Amino acid sequence: MIGASSLPVEALRTVGLVLVEAMILYVGYGVLTSALEPRLTEALRNR
Amino acid sequence: MIGGLLGSGMALTALFVAFGVLIGILFGFFGMGGSFLVTPALIVMGYPSRVAVGSGLAFVFGTAVIATLKHRDLGQVDYKLGVSMIIGTTLGIEVGKEMVVFLEAMGRAGLVISISYVGLLGGIGLFVTREALKGDGGGSIDHEEADGEVDADDIPDIAKKIQSYHLPPMMTLRGGIQVSLWMVLVVAFATGLLSGLLGVGGGFIRMPALFYLIGVPVPIAVGTDLFEIVFSGGLGSLLYAQLGAVDLSIVVPLLAGSALGARVGSASTSLVNEDDIKIYFGLMLLGGAVAVAIQEAGKGLGIGIAEPLSLLIILASALMVAGAVVVSSVRALREEGEARRAAAAD
Repeated sequence: MIGASSLPVEALRTVGLVLVEAMILYVGYGVLTSALEPRLTEALRNR
Repeated sequence: MIGGLLGSGMALTALFVAFGVLIGILFGFFGMGGSFLVTPALIVMGYPSRVAVGSGLAFVFGTAVIATLKHRDLGQVDYKLGVSMIIGTTLGIEVGKEMVVFLEAMGRAGLVISISYVGLLGGIGLFVTREALKGDGGGSIDHEEADGEVDADDIPDIAKKIQSYHLPPMMTLRGGIQVSLWMVLVVAFATGLLSGLLGVGGGFIRMPALFYLIGVPVPIAVGTDLFEIVFSGGLGSLLYAQLGAVDLSIVVPLLAGSALGARVGSASTSLVNEDDIKIYFGLMLLGGAVAVAIQEAGKGLGIGIAEPLSLLIILASALMVAGAVVVSSVRALREEGEARRAAAAD
């Protein structure tokens, strides 16, 4: 899938999608890290 | 084409996610590096040069957004310097993009981009490996160091020399450093040119350039560089997206993987000494240079096995360094646990 045509609107939409994905990943992985990291590191220490 | 062999579905998406995780671990741990492996890997996989560069830039943009969000509260951004850098970098990217279009029309884009990569990766790889063997801590950005202040006496001589040229207009940077705006624009243009030509963020060149040529303290260089990459990467992505050269089926899974890997990599920095890993990082860059050289030689000599071999070298190099980071972190955690148990038993 090529994400854009020669139209500026389509190009903006493509770059906007990357921006939105980055922000979602930042928030989503942040929540996941807070929840799992302490348990995971403790589990590795106790192995 | 290797991409064709893997198919365009789940296998390829899984490969991009996995490759993204490897790159993210490297980026999270070293604070730079890794993203410049994307474009050569895509070229080796058989994507057109402009799609490889455009998608590489879009990936760099997404990665920079995530990293900047993390660094914004640390106060490590010089906005005046960042905006000046954006102006120079924008011009550089535009010229670099036009060069790619021109070289494509001549049928030379792949060759020129590959040769540039071999030179850059090989040169920086040799530098980092040499510094690692010397064991003096140079050659890449140390996270602990990046969070502290750099003494004014640590400003390199060449930067002091450049600061001594009072070509107006002069600008005052954070920490009271005075430098000619023209010098900032020249450095920004050169790194922007590389971004537009090679599809890289340019951080692995710009951060040393800010420190060695302009004298910006390392912590400010790191933060300002990330801030600047958000704009230069975004603009570069937009320019290439207008050419229809940003492939979201590449960028989306790569970014998803790298954001996860970056969490692992940055968590590892508090467990593992960067100097223990740095030699692998240098070897990875050299591996990338060798891979691109093999691919180009294979094309010229008509050796079919060269293409999969070079992709294998790129993946194996990234895997080696990311693996070293993860294994060292797990080992450090276990040692901590053993030490705790031994202390409790006493």
